[in-house]
Amino acid sequence: MTGRIENAVTVHNVSKSYGDVEALRDLSLDFPRGQLTSLLGPSGCGKTTLLKIIAGLLPASSGEVFINGTPVTGPGADRAFVFQDFALMPWATVLRNVAFGLELRGVSRSEREAIAEKYIIEVGLKGFEHSFPHELSGGMRQRVGLARALSVDADVLLMDEPFSAVDEQTRRKFQEDLLGLVQNENKTFLFVTHSIEEAVYVSDQIAILLPRPSRVMEVIRPSGFRDRDVNSIRRDPEYLDIVDRIWASLKSYVE
Amino acid sequence: MFARNRALILKVFSAMIVFGAWEVAGRIPVSFAFPTFLESSAAFWTLLVDGTMLKAYIETLKPLVIGVLISAFIGIGLGLWIGLSRAFDWLISPIFVVMQTAPLAALIPLLVMAYGIGLTSKVFVVCIMAMPVIVLNTGGAVRNTSASLIEMGESFLGDRKDIILKIILPSAFPIIFAGLRLGVSAGFIGAILSELKITPTGVGDIITYSRSIADYPSMYAAIASIIILAVMFLNVLERIENYLSQGRRKALVAD
Ligand SMILES: Nc1ncnc2c1ncn2[C@@H]1O[C@H](COP(=O)(O)OP(=O)(O)OP(=O)(O)O)[C@@H](O)[C@H]1O
Ligand SMILES: [Mg+2]
Repeated sequence: MTGRIENAVTVHNVSKSYGDVEALRDLSLDFPRGQLTSLLGPSGCGKTTLLKIIAGLLPASSGEVFINGTPVTGPGADRAFVFQDFALMPWATVLRNVAFGLELRGVSRSEREAIAEKYIIEVGLKGFEHSFPHELSGGMRQRVGLARALSVDADVLLMDEPFSAVDEQTRRKFQEDLLGLVQNENKTFLFVTHSIEEAVYVSDQIAILLPRPSRVMEVIRPSGFRDRDVNSIRRDPEYLDIVDRIWASLKSYVE
Repeated sequence: MFARNRALILKVFSAMIVFGAWEVAGRIPVSFAFPTFLESSAAFWTLLVDGTMLKAYIETLKPLVIGVLISAFIGIGLGLWIGLSRAFDWLISPIFVVMQTAPLAALIPLLVMAYGIGLTSKVFVVCIMAMPVIVLNTGGAVRNTSASLIEMGESFLGDRKDIILKIILPSAFPIIFAGLRLGVSAGFIGAILSELKITPTGVGDIITYSRSIADYPSMYAAIASIIILAVMFLNVLERIENYLSQGRRKALVAD
């Protein structure tokens, strides 16, 4: 199609300072199309900042971001954000919240509600269409945010700690669902997490970030267990090995 | 259902205590100018049936309604602007903060000098009382709109108008309405004050006149009628708010 650009997102020498605080310095990273890349790094190292720069919500101080070869100048229809704090409108029902991205794009009501309905079912919220966010649990709200991002059918999904608010069982279920999504939807996923295990479990590529000012310390590409049965991944020697390796390199910053 | 009944019983009970105490105080008497509850009730009844009260309130409500409407429209508009623009906030907010604390009684002679003793001055007094709280509440509510909701709107490609109409205003709605309620109460005070201080018309006239002929029961009846009307007014406003917020929920579901 469009000259086969292999990377859906390219971050090139991006720096970002908030006044005196230098959050990112000369960060470069490629995000291969159709794959899931995790950003892993100590708290406050600039993961959210990087995601927002890619989303076009924040300007970079210097450097460039390309989406499918086109420089980012602001938010675009090719990207959708899943917010860490859900960012749901408390006065609107689940249905309207999920359809809101389409509403802002001027899609007619019947059409956008049909699409929203499909994704509400997909994230397992059938029957809650007319509930309000305050009537849902944290994990359910998180899924509303996910359904909203999915329903605009963007190429690139930017997910900022999307499973932070759920318990361990739900989290594992979401991780499996996410693997399914990566396989079935032809989308590129950028995934921020604090959990090493989670990153290794769901990622095609893991970028480990240094503490502020942040650069990429290492990119790890788990390969052996990706096509295995999801249930045996956690017992795979390569999985365990990578978890250990990442922990070893991050440990120095915790101490 | 039960809770509602209980609330009603308690309200009636508290009214009985107040009126009972009034009756006792009137009989002691606390002061020769302090009529009993029953005398005042009788005077109230007389004023009501002979039409004096109705005629008076048509006069009193004129500046009140005009002033409150002006304050609501201009106040919400200015508040929105203040909330959206830092510069405008610094420019305009201090005026309303001063207005809120200014001793109104001292301003009235100035207003009379400028605008005479007619309706204009009275409308001004109502506005001076009602507008600041509406402006400042609206401004605060708009400014405090969750930054992440606004970011959400931007990331899903909402333009400025969408973000104001679909995110900022709905999120500020409850506090704007609370400001409106306070504004109406203040406007009431303004309307009565202007009738006592500028020219005795309407209810202010009943109070001034009955005091001058030592008809204290009528004077107290007039004062009580103001309180009753203010409470009724606020009740109606609360109903409108409930209706609107339910309608808003319905509209959002349907929209
Ligand atoms: N709006 C802002 N103004 C000033 N400094 C900011 C702002 N946002 C972030 N920072 C600073 O930039 C650095 C990176 O913040 P960021 O939110 O990107 O970190 P993070 O990696 O997402 O952290 P966490 O894992 O805790 O969510 C932090 O040190 C923070 O203090
Ligand atoms: Mg973050």
